[in-house]
This record gives sequence, structure tokens and C-alpha cells, in this order.
Amino acid sequence: MFEISDWLRTRLSRRMVLGAGLAAAGGSAVAAVGSAQEVSQAGYGGGKPHQGMAGSGHASSHGAMMTVGDVDEARNGFDTAKMLTEWETGTVSRLPDGRVLRTFQIDAVDKEIEIAPGVMFPAWTYNGRVPGPALRATEGERLRIVFRNFGSHPHSIHFHGIHSARMDGIPGAGVIDPGDEFVYEFDAKPFGCHFYHCHALPLKRHIHKGLYGLFVVDPDPARHPEQSDVARSRLLGTPENAEWQEFAMVMNAFDTNFDDENEVYAVNTVAHTYMKHPIPILRDKPVRVYLVNAVEFDPINSFHLHGNFYDYYDHGTTLTPTLRTVDTITQCQAQRGILEFSFKEHEPGLYMFHAHQSEFAELGWMSFFDVKEAVA
Amino acid sequence: MNETRPVAEAGSAPVEPLRSRAALIWLLLPFAVLALAVTWLVAANPLSRFDNGAPPVENLTFERTVLSDSGIDLLVRAGGSEPMTISQVQVDDAYWQFVQEPTGPLGRGETAWIRLPYPWVLGEAHAVKMITNTGATFEHEIAVAVPTPVANAATLWSQMLLGAFVGIVPVAIGLMFYPALRGIGRSGMNFLLAMTVGLLVFLMIDAAGEAFELAGEAAAIFQGQAMVVLAASAAFLILMATGRRGGTPTGLTLATLIALGIGLHNLGEGLAIGAAFAAGAAGLGTFLVLGFTIHNITEGIGIAAPMLKKRPPVWTFPALTLLAGGPAVVGLWIGSLAHAPQWSALALAMGAGAILQVVVEVSAYLARSDGRGTAALLSWPVMAGLVFGVTFMYATAMLVKV
Repeated sequence: MFEISDWLRTRLSRRMVLGAGLAAAGGSAVAAVGSAQEVSQAGYGGGKPHQGMAGSGHASSHGAMMTVGDVDEARNGFDTAKMLTEWETGTVSRLPDGRVLRTFQIDAVDKEIEIAPGVMFPAWTYNGRVPGPALRATEGERLRIVFRNFGSHPHSIHFHGIHSARMDGIPGAGVIDPGDEFVYEFDAKPFGCHFYHCHALPLKRHIHKGLYGLFVVDPDPARHPEQSDVARSRLLGTPENAEWQEFAMVMNAFDTNFDDENEVYAVNTVAHTYMKHPIPILRDKPVRVYLVNAVEFDPINSFHLHGNFYDYYDHGTTLTPTLRTVDTITQCQAQRGILEFSFKEHEPGLYMFHAHQSEFAELGWMSFFDVKEAVA
Repeated sequence: MNETRPVAEAGSAPVEPLRSRAALIWLLLPFAVLALAVTWLVAANPLSRFDNGAPPVENLTFERTVLSDSGIDLLVRAGGSEPMTISQVQVDDAYWQFVQEPTGPLGRGETAWIRLPYPWVLGEAHAVKMITNTGATFEHEIAVAVPTPVANAATLWSQMLLGAFVGIVPVAIGLMFYPALRGIGRSGMNFLLAMTVGLLVFLMIDAAGEAFELAGEAAAIFQGQAMVVLAASAAFLILMATGRRGGTPTGLTLATLIALGIGLHNLGEGLAIGAAFAAGAAGLGTFLVLGFTIHNITEGIGIAAPMLKKRPPVWTFPALTLLAGGPAVVGLWIGSLAHAPQWSALALAMGAGAILQVVVEVSAYLARSDGRGTAALLSWPVMAGLVFGVTFMYATAMLVKV
């Protein structure tokens, strides 16, 4: 048999050996083999159809790289679409000195949530949702957060803000046992885009189990006379603010098998949720995103916007951008900021945004803005 | 005598039904207790105190990997304490759409195909991770991605060539020594038979080791270790019993038994090679194939040894060659096209058992034909033959072990 002698004579490198083994086993190439090179080509030929296959896969929005199915958001008790614009403003009253007292009620609750279709995670939550409620107050107000622990472990709320040691939410100062209650009280300052999370120990577990959320303090225009227009546009409830489309986004991740590596990445908990249900935005209205990184185990996270650039306010504590005209920013855990951009000059369509750690993106942190002329 | 027997039977007749009825009741009693225990366990659930809130035990074994133009297909077998659900699948740390056939939760021992339209890359590694509804993960590594052989004429033909080189050719070459060895003396004969025992012992160790290794890869439900021991014992006992039906085997019968044992070993060997091809793990070079060929030549000599004093018809030689070497081809076919580790382990275990039987019979034949009995086993040509057989196999195995 010529085939055999050719085959036996072939001297191959490791990769080539694979090709020859393949030829021997697969048989498809044996008769045609004249040289080692041809063996390897025949082997690669086997792979070629995949280009066509991948192409056909891309025909549907983003190929086959996607979780399968949909999350039961009714069972979860929170809707990732609504979560974007749901601000918890608490209840407002007046102090004797005339200042506004804003009171929030937050309960720690153990709850199993669906973080990717069919994948349940035994979470620890604030108010039954992950991330916790997006708190929103105005600079200078007195804040009172009534915290009750209905969970199975000690918990706390540690706010990133300016407050006294007694209100810090660390062991000995606001970490409470199951069944207990604690009231955190401090002034809303500085204005910006902030973060809160449980500071009970061990910290890693208490954070990655789901105890974190956004804490936004809007600037008081009266305190910033030179930039009162900008401040007013940031202040929830003003006509200037209504001109904006604002979104609350918490970048988070879940370690479903508890090996200290995350299996699921997302914005607002559910993998790929804004891929399957793109976020509708009006083309001619500017967009403001309050963004925080709550991901545990990985050193940084990032936000990359397709086809557009944005201004970035690190921590949101300034009224002028700290970074201008960028399309990618990185945040370490607890770092946060405000993104401002507009699609006014763009044609309508799906504009992707995702972590530019491709791994995070492919594990769920991938999303679309659906830029429209007018939202139906 | 003839008259007394019916009387005795007649006398015991009234007692028999009573005794058998009692026996029946005693037989039913344990079953009744078992039924009672089951009823109580199910109805009263007394074990609920052990329910500590921990998620159910889950286990998933990857039995087959098929890489083709349509992507990656994986056959998985569930082994959980309760039916388990595969919720999502990652390939290389990316969620990938997949189809499960059949759909739904997988009960204990059930299998399903997971089909991933993934554009895998030739010659590179891929990792598949399955996530169940509880968040548990099960990983499977594709060490080297190559297209899985499909059953067509070209594939079967080239696999047959390979199987022939590994199994049939060396046995045929070994048997060709037959005429040259015919005039051999007592010492030479003893040497050859001992060499046969030595090579068989090597093959047995090899087969048993490989069987245990493969059994470790199989799903827990098959209890690989016990399965290997049981299959080897069963093969040994059955062959011992059938082999000795017509007296202790000699000559052609013994040669046939040796060929059968080697054949079973080659079947397992072929399954393993075929499976390695299917998994892309085998980079089979020319050198490796030649190594196998040389390694297996002594098998032919071993088969020839007990027939040296007989004159078997010519047709028995190709028949014995096919019996010993042919299974390598069959194993390759099956192994590369439809493989699961437990089947290879089973074949290798049976091979080990069969070889043990042949080792016993060849030793017995040696002792008997020598005339000195077991004393012959300690003679120096026998020792030399044993050492040569084992050493030759060990040394030539160095050519093929990777």
C-alpha cells in the first residue's frame, strides 16, 4: 500500500504528528497524503467549515455566545429593566432646625436568587434584591438609615461617605446580630456617586453574597452657584434633571461554586440581561450612568461603550469631568463614577457596552443600548 | 433396594408440603420486613433530621466527546443523589448556547447529549464547564481538539490498517517462527513456554493497570474498581472451567486459549487507542506503531510454543492470528467511534482474567510435558525464559509508552 509507506515514512513535528494520527484515525486524508504539509492542511481543512458555522451563528445578534433561556424575574422579586431607573428616596421630614431628614428602611434578608437562567444563588440581600436599593439623597440632608437584620449571619451597612466612627458599620460600630436593629445617622456629603456594603467579617463573603448597593448624593445647586446649572441637572426631581436619562448600574459577579472565582458576571446581577432585553434610550436625550464596581475576587472591572465616547466623573464628587472623551474606564472594587454621553449624532440601533475584560463580558457582563428615535 | 425407595418417599410425602409451606413463609418474612421498612421510610420520613439544608450531592461524568463541523457534542452521565439540571454551559470561560438531548433533569445514571455549536480550533485545547441549577460546576478538558472520526469506509479501512500493524502483523510474524522452532529440544521448549508465561504476566499487569485507570474515569455508578476485579475473576473462572472440560488443555487447545487471552487484551488495547484518537490525545507517530509491532511479536511465538510437538493443520495458523490480533482492529473501530471508559475497562479486565487462566495452563503444561512436575518450573531454562519474556516486553514497551 502506497498510503501506508507514505504514512510510515512521514516524519512529523508534534503538531504534524497530530495531523498524521488524525489521518490514520480519520482516514479522510490517508489516500491523499503526499507530504507532511498536506497532512496538516487536510487536518485544518476539517476545521474550516467552522468559519462558516461561526458566521451563521453571528447572524443572530451575538452568535451562540450567550446564556440559554430567561431568568424568572417575578420569582426573583426584582426586575433588572426597572432596576435601572428605580431610585430609593426614602421618606422625608423636617428637623427642628429646618433641615431635611431623609429616612431609609433597609432589611437584610437571606434569599435564593436566579443570577443566570436556571442558576440559583443563595444570596444575602438588602431588601430582597441584589444589588440593594439605589439610595438617593441630596447634599446637606440629614440621613437616617434604619437597618434590621433578618438574615442568618451578623450584617451591617458600611457607607462610603463622611460620617463618624460610630456610624461606620464595622464590627463594634454597627454590625448587628440576626434579629437586631441599628440606626445609622449622618449628613449626606460629599455629593457624588457612592457605594454601600456590608462590613461584617469575613468581608469577601459578605460582599460577594450580595450585600452592596449604590448610594447617590445629588449636589445642592445653592451650594454651587458658579455651576448651578450642572448641579441642577444632577438633582433628581428638577426639570433640568428630567432632560436626562439616568441609569443605576452596579457591576457585580457571583461565585456559584464557592471556589473564589466568579462564574457569572453582570450589570445588576443577571447575566446577559441587557443583551436579551436591550436598554431603550432616546437618541436626542443625554444619558447619565451611575456606575459602581462591586465585583469580588477580581482586581478590577471596566466599562466600555461601543461607537461613542463619554465624559467621566470619578466618584462623581466634581461637577466638571475628571476624564473627558473616553470610551473605556476601569474601576477597582468600590470605585465608582458617573458617565455622561449622548447619541444625538448617531443613527438609531443597538450600541453595545461591556466590560473590556473579555472574560467578564463572555461570562455575562455584556449589554446593549437600543438607541431609538422615540420610545414607544 | 428398588422396593424400599418408593416406600420411603411415600412415608415422607405428607411432611413435604408442610415443610415447603413453612419454607415459603420463612422466605416471605424477610421480604415483608423490607416492604415494611420501605413503607415507613417513605411515609414517616424519619431521616428528615439528616436534612441539614445542604444542597443535594451532584456528580457529572463526561463519557464521550465528539468534535465535528457542527461544534462540540458531549455525552454526560449524571450521578447525583437527586435528578440534576444542567442550567448553563461555558466553553473556554464564555457562556455558550447549547441544546440538551433529551431535555429535562437528569436522574441518577441517566445520560444526555450536550450539543454546543462552538467554533473549536484544530490542535488547541478547550475547556467545557457545566453549571447546574445549584451553581455547582463540572469541568471537562479537551486536551487537543481534532475532528472525531466518523464511520465511513476510509476511516474503517485506515483504522483496520493500524489495527493490523498493532495486532495482526506481529502475531503472524511470531507464528512464522513455528517451522524453525519445531526441532527444538526440551530445554529450548521449556525456555519458550516460560517466555510465553513471562510475556503473558506482563500483559496481565499491563491490562489490569490500564483497566483500573480507565475504571477511575468512568462514572461512579459503575463502581469501576469492583467491576474490574469481578470481570477479571469471571473471565478467569469461566475460561478455567470451559478449558478443562476436555481434560487439561494441551497443544492446539492451549494455543487457542493463549490466542483468546491475547485477543481479549488486544481488544482492550484497541479500544484504548481508538478512544485516545477520538479524544485527540494520541499523536500516533510511525515510531509508536513500529514499537507496538515489535512489542507484540513475542505474542505469536507464545502461541506457537505449545503446538511445537504437534502438527496442526495449516489453516489453524491464520485462524489463530486472527483470534489473537483481529480484536485490535475491532477495538480500534469501537473505541474511536463509540467509546466510554467503562467498556474499555471491562474489556481489559476480561483480558487480564483470560490471561491469568492461560498463565496457569501454560505453567501446568510446562510442568507436565517436562516430566519433572513442578520441579521443572524452577529449572534454569525456565527462569531464563521467564526473565527474558518479561524483560523483552518491558523494554519494548518503552518504545510505546507515552
